[in-house]
Amino acid sequence: MTENNNNTLPLEYSTEQGQMSIVGFWIFVAAEVALFATLFATYAVLFGRTADSPEAMELFQPGIALTMTFILLTSSFTCGLAIHSMREGSLKGLMIFLFITLALGLTFLGFEIYEFVHYASEGATLQSSAYWSGFFILTGTHGVHVTLGIGWMIAILIQLKQRGLTAVTNRKVFILGLYWHFLDVVWIFIFTGVYLIGMVV
Amino acid sequence: MQLDEFFVTGEPLIYAGMVAIAVVSAAIVFLLTYFKKWKWLWQEWLTTVDHKKIGVMYILVALAMIFRAGVDALMMRLQLAFPDMNFLNSQHYNEVFTTHGTIMIFFVAMPFLIGLMNVVVPLQIGARDFAFPYVNALSFWSLFFGAMLFNISFVIGGAPDTGWTNYAPQAGAVLNPGPGINFYLLGLQLSGIGTLATGINLMVTILRMRAPGITLFKMPIFSWSTLITSFIIVFAFPILTVALALMTVDRIFGSHFFTLAGEGLPMMWANLFWLWGHPEVYIVILPAFGIFSEIIATFARKQLFGYKTMVWAIILIAGLSFVVWVHHFFTMGAGAFVNSIFSITTMAIAVPTGVKIFNWLATLYKSKIIFPVPMLWSLAFIPSFTIGGVTGVMLGMAAADYQYHNTYFLVSHFHYVLIPGTVFASFAGLVFWYPKLFGHKLNEKIGKWAFWLFLIGFHVCFFPQYFLGLDGMARRVFTVGPEWFTLNFISTVGAFTMGLGFMVFVFGVIYSFRYSTRDLPGDDWQYGRTLEWATPTPVPKYNFATLPENVRTHDTLIDMKEDGETTFDEKKLESIHMPSYTGQPFIMMAILFFASFALVFEWITLAVIGLIATIVMMFIRSFDYDEGYHIEVDELRENERRARGLDDDRE
Amino acid sequence: MKGKKVSLHKKWFTLALFVFTSFLAGCEQIAVLDPIGPVGESQKNLILYAVIFMLGIIVVVYTIFAVVVFKYRANNPNRKESDYKPEQHGNALIETIWITIPVLIVIALSIPTINTIFALEEPPESSNDKEPIVVYATAADWKWIFSYPEQDIETVNYLHIPTDRAVEFRLSSTEAMASFWVPQLGGQKYAMAGMENTLYLQADEEGVYKGRNANFTGEGFAAQTFNVHTQSEDEFNEWAENVQNEAPELTQSEYDEIIAPGLTDEMAYSGTHLDFVDHGSNDGRDYAVERHAEKYGEEIHLENEPGFAPDEINEEQKEGSE
Repeated sequence: MTENNNNTLPLEYSTEQGQMSIVGFWIFVAAEVALFATLFATYAVLFGRTADSPEAMELFQPGIALTMTFILLTSSFTCGLAIHSMREGSLKGLMIFLFITLALGLTFLGFEIYEFVHYASEGATLQSSAYWSGFFILTGTHGVHVTLGIGWMIAILIQLKQRGLTAVTNRKVFILGLYWHFLDVVWIFIFTGVYLIGMVV
Repeated sequence: MQLDEFFVTGEPLIYAGMVAIAVVSAAIVFLLTYFKKWKWLWQEWLTTVDHKKIGVMYILVALAMIFRAGVDALMMRLQLAFPDMNFLNSQHYNEVFTTHGTIMIFFVAMPFLIGLMNVVVPLQIGARDFAFPYVNALSFWSLFFGAMLFNISFVIGGAPDTGWTNYAPQAGAVLNPGPGINFYLLGLQLSGIGTLATGINLMVTILRMRAPGITLFKMPIFSWSTLITSFIIVFAFPILTVALALMTVDRIFGSHFFTLAGEGLPMMWANLFWLWGHPEVYIVILPAFGIFSEIIATFARKQLFGYKTMVWAIILIAGLSFVVWVHHFFTMGAGAFVNSIFSITTMAIAVPTGVKIFNWLATLYKSKIIFPVPMLWSLAFIPSFTIGGVTGVMLGMAAADYQYHNTYFLVSHFHYVLIPGTVFASFAGLVFWYPKLFGHKLNEKIGKWAFWLFLIGFHVCFFPQYFLGLDGMARRVFTVGPEWFTLNFISTVGAFTMGLGFMVFVFGVIYSFRYSTRDLPGDDWQYGRTLEWATPTPVPKYNFATLPENVRTHDTLIDMKEDGETTFDEKKLESIHMPSYTGQPFIMMAILFFASFALVFEWITLAVIGLIATIVMMFIRSFDYDEGYHIEVDELRENERRARGLDDDRE
Repeated sequence: MKGKKVSLHKKWFTLALFVFTSFLAGCEQIAVLDPIGPVGESQKNLILYAVIFMLGIIVVVYTIFAVVVFKYRANNPNRKESDYKPEQHGNALIETIWITIPVLIVIALSIPTINTIFALEEPPESSNDKEPIVVYATAADWKWIFSYPEQDIETVNYLHIPTDRAVEFRLSSTEAMASFWVPQLGGQKYAMAGMENTLYLQADEEGVYKGRNANFTGEGFAAQTFNVHTQSEDEFNEWAENVQNEAPELTQSEYDEIIAPGLTDEMAYSGTHLDFVDHGSNDGRDYAVERHAEKYGEEIHLENEPGFAPDEINEEQKEGSE
């Protein structure tokens, strides 16, 4: 039960605790899938129930949704590059790519806030109708996840600066990477399930 | 807000409750101060990350909550005992049945079973602790503070009053203003965080920390049921999280998920609630099945019959539990086709459950049964649960369900599965593993009195209710007509007998604490079959000095006894890594408790401050690189020798 | 049912029969097992059919349980060496058998269940020479409002229906989800705002029967009951005509008063509320909460006063209707 260091594995997998944390995080992601699936189901059931408020089709702007998708996909790519640099053992590369990911994440959030404010000015808020409640909670939950991810990324960047590449910091970066990619996948479902369908139907 | 709006006023029973809370709190503070135990409390309990101590705390919470929800039950039964009773008025009765149901499910059944899992599962699979001891502590404190938040509602703000199912739109802001429902939503949300975390924690523990040789199919059946239960938790609890969050947002921020205005869909609450709720039923019953399997095999002194069938039955039940939720509202008018499908899936669950019943009976065939208290609870489970099971099938037949739904037939059915299933298992498991927790056994004679009183009381209480239901007595009515007096009165007598049984059980705990012998061998019942009985009693904080080498079957200890192996092989001793105790989980959850409390009263600024403080605590945790410490070989050797009564000279 | 021929050779069969007949003897008084129409009758038959299987299962499990616990107890003086086989770990054949039997039982239960489920969605066959009479049953906190569009009358907290003719209930609610249930007529169905459920029931006997809301709706729930008067078609028509001629006309403002949360006595009106609002339609879903939003938080302090027995049919009414 002592920590057996295994040199053939990447650093984040090298300790038993590291391996368990990663397995645990995968299971957590499974729970998050159940959570978002429930939100998607809710959204789908409430689709079109707009009462007196504007329809989705009237408000959705394809340009913004597409831009946000592009930004988040790019951030996922840079996050992947960050993990790649980490595996190469390049602390500097890792930190640079994480910074880029962070900046892209913030830009994404900026667009999302702009979008929400815009809808509100057009008369579609959380309180407008069942459909808009579903929309804001689904996209908002994703947005809150991105926000937490950004805070988490800042914490890890500070730790990387303090401690460099160790089994523990690498594990943290790796798990953050899983989280970030997961948010990207969720967003792809939001883009297709909410924006594309909302603009067509 | 005025003070008289903050505190619940005008009910003598609630004033009595306030006085009782004040007196008990003062007594606790006084005793801790008088015996100078504050430091002990903090260092040994509030900061612990040891799975055994956390398990004990879970069980203590469960026992305290049985008391609270049991008093609720007796108050209800008293009100229904006579047709002209006016002990509780309608509103108060509604609050009481709501808190009874909610507490029994969330703060009794769940923590009791999770407490037993905490203590037993790492010992059964030969693990040092949970995969994430820190998270385990966090889970417990979230449950603890969730339970606190829910429970203070009856003196501050007002208790929720829409039943444990909390159906919309009745529970929405329009029909039910005030903080009561918010207590329900946020109390459960807070404790739900811990449940989900425990599910993940147990899964990783079982998947990654089994001792060498213990493959999945050589794992004791209780650990198997825990693993499957964790799967259900991971996939079902997020649904509850979402449902509770959506209704919270509805009530506090004015969205329209479950409202009548704004084209919301109240029936969506019923769907989401039961999408989680039915798997939840199996979250509290599968571990019970596991406990019974262990105990029956132990005291029948025979291998569990059809171990693999039992495992597959659990897996099948878990799978089916996600596709039957509509049977909770066949009467909603979903249509004949939908009701037919869900009737079939519901009845299909009877197949694996029936197989389990027959396998337990076959375990008893050609065995050598002895009857200590845990075995009595387990044996009583079989016939009692069978009644609950067959009436469950009857309820699953949708066309007939239109007549049973919302009646005492249903009330009786689910008490017939939850009490013989979950409650009997909790008592059986507690008595069975008690020596591993506290180093002494419970008094057998008092335990038998408690058992018989509880068992007879249970049947007297609930069997008449089937007939009340068939005669048209709807559930949740606060008063009944004289034509139902006899059966209701009998039922009340049964309920008080159960209450007496519980008191005798508690008396047995206190009595045994004073008088039971402390010098136990480790395999405290002599016939232990699994690895937890290989440790000394009480279990050392590191659990196992060494692990067995030659595991052949799921009855690990039986193999070890054959080979003359123990968990103390001096030649193999290595230092053991231990995590440090920490107060962070307690503090973090205390902060979240205050944030939730503020949100209950819709004090948004305070709630936001609390949430920010919680995030700050997470940051602090992220920067915490505490490595823990090691227990060295010398200390291990000395400790194990003392615990096992080995003489140094003989070596 | 009582006339079933059963072989009495085996002891436990006698026991089962005894339990079952004494159970049936008690049925006369048990509402669900004493139906007065074809819907309740079909559900009663399904229930008793299931009970036979369940008693069979219970007898088998209890017998095996009693035998093994008694015979294989450690202190049984008649124990033999061969009575202890601790290594016995399973048996594929026997396990297959007890997987198969429950499957067969589930199939045997599913077929009549599904037949009945589908049958209940249609008006009962015994009266299919006549069109069902339509009654809108609307739940409000805490009362029931019955509208007869053909007769153009409306009653509160009591219901008259003709015998030997199917009744098509159109169920909805002004706000909370309620459940319309008359145990002796047949099973219940939910009444919800913004939705309309259809429930077919039929009475073949005349009398007064209890009906209630079975789904919890808050403080006045226990008192949300009504009496059902079943009478011959002629008497029913006479009654309806009387109400139409003599009862006051229902105005919208009066109707809005009626649906405000609280308890009311029995009332009758000419005209129906369907002229102002249909709570079962999407437009009618928030009619009540828009008008009475601030009243739902108020307690009505409902207590169990002497004589408060919401499920009781008062004797006077019984005599009056007969």
